[in-house]
Amino acid sequence: MTVHQTASGYNFAYLDEQTKRMIRRAILKAIAIPGYQVPFASREMPMPYGWGTGGVQVTAAILGSGDRLKVIDQGADDTTNAVSIRKFFEKTSGVETTTHTADATIIQTRHRIPEKTLTADQVLVYQVPIPEPLRFLEPRETETRVMHALEDYGLMHVKLYEDIATHGHIATTYAYPVKVEDRYVMDPSPTPKFDNPKMNDCAALQLFGAGREKRIYALPPHTKVVSLDFEDHPFEPTKFDHACALCGATHTYLDEVITDDAGGRMFVCSDTDHCEERRAEGHRGELLGEAPAAIAGAAE
Amino acid sequence: MALARAFADPVHDAQQTFRAVMNALARPGTLQPVAGLTGAPAPLSPVAAAVAVALADYETPLWLDGRLAAAPDVAAWLAFHTGARIGAAPSQAAFALVADAGILPDLAGFAQGTDVYPDRSTTLIVQVAELGPIASAAMRVRLAGPGISGHATLAVSCLPADIADRLAANHALFPRGVDLVLAGPEGVAALPRTTRVTLVEA
Ligand SMILES: [Zn+2]
Repeated sequence: MTVHQTASGYNFAYLDEQTKRMIRRAILKAIAIPGYQVPFASREMPMPYGWGTGGVQVTAAILGSGDRLKVIDQGADDTTNAVSIRKFFEKTSGVETTTHTADATIIQTRHRIPEKTLTADQVLVYQVPIPEPLRFLEPRETETRVMHALEDYGLMHVKLYEDIATHGHIATTYAYPVKVEDRYVMDPSPTPKFDNPKMNDCAALQLFGAGREKRIYALPPHTKVVSLDFEDHPFEPTKFDHACALCGATHTYLDEVITDDAGGRMFVCSDTDHCEERRAEGHRGELLGEAPAAIAGAAE
Repeated sequence: MALARAFADPVHDAQQTFRAVMNALARPGTLQPVAGLTGAPAPLSPVAAAVAVALADYETPLWLDGRLAAAPDVAAWLAFHTGARIGAAPSQAAFALVADAGILPDLAGFAQGTDVYPDRSTTLIVQVAELGPIASAAMRVRLAGPGISGHATLAVSCLPADIADRLAANHALFPRGVDLVLAGPEGVAALPRTTRVTLVEA
């Protein structure tokens, strides 16, 4: 296969070289200042905002002809968003793509971190809609920048504590804020808080791109990432009462899916590649034989 | 001056060089191979030249140290291949190229960024003769911080004897401060502002 071959008329990975250099410089600064949001001159991409244009630009800037790319949306490789981004890079760069986490050198994700432990040879690129964790407390960017500069995170703690007062626990389950290397408070993108512990001391480099908001931020490998909490109300990752109905896993993030129009439902792994791999290894969930093919997927 | 391209394959060579610098900054102390630009005029080293061409352009003023500035071919070659303005003041430079690592200027003289925008800082590209995990006859530094599991050791030549103290002062400014990309004969290693550096042996 000729990996240099791309659809005629495209720059490799779509972006022109000047734009790539600008994004690359922003990525280098983001790595040098973990958790800090580096402004960058986000470009129009041939897909609407909300489709991950920030993540797409980061991937386009780092991608090389020797990479193997995986794209997931909510843990799945086969959703419209994931498929269209994967096709976009196949067409504009000719790089190999894969659905297997272990085979990928770059994984672009919307809203999940793969269940399989990432390695030093991988880069995880997040599509971020709202990069500013303080946005809901203070809408003005000039103000939030100053709050980060002064490490003024009191309002964020007040908001989390109001959760406790109202609900008896911290109710935030997605985009649960983290503190990076005891310095910057960072939005981990709308990943479920289940995934927050995977960000800490991760062997892979993690890059975050927000297209509409024009920010790039990063977590170098082996960076300390702590979910915000209180001594009397420590952070607790989501726990499930069920095992995956297909593969029997008890350690994964589960989605509730509707199985028929009579209200049948089951809980299955959100990471479809991980679930299929477990079934291929012989793990069997309670409802494996009964699941419709649309849910059980190609592995069955 | 020859009108030849700096990189034989501008798109892919620039990407590979960038990726080496990215990995170097993400994993401080590791040596990341870079194919040097052998056409670069001395005393600009082929690896430092590749890094400059991969990252610099008309948006990034360059500062050259005394030895590079004294070689007129170097400024002309960099201006031609990057489009960058050469000879910026250190405090305005996006990149600083240093051939004489032994007389590395005061790091505080370069752009440090601000508390609100700490990214508005200089990246120094410092040429060294020896660089790597097992280089001999060189200074050994012990590194810790983001990007490093536990600690790492880097062997490097040419840097001034007080480099650990100077990098400690730079680290203390965090999130402000400069980042160093060391350009050895075969590749790059980086010391970003997050890295805590201690001298193991001189
Ligand atoms: Zn499963």
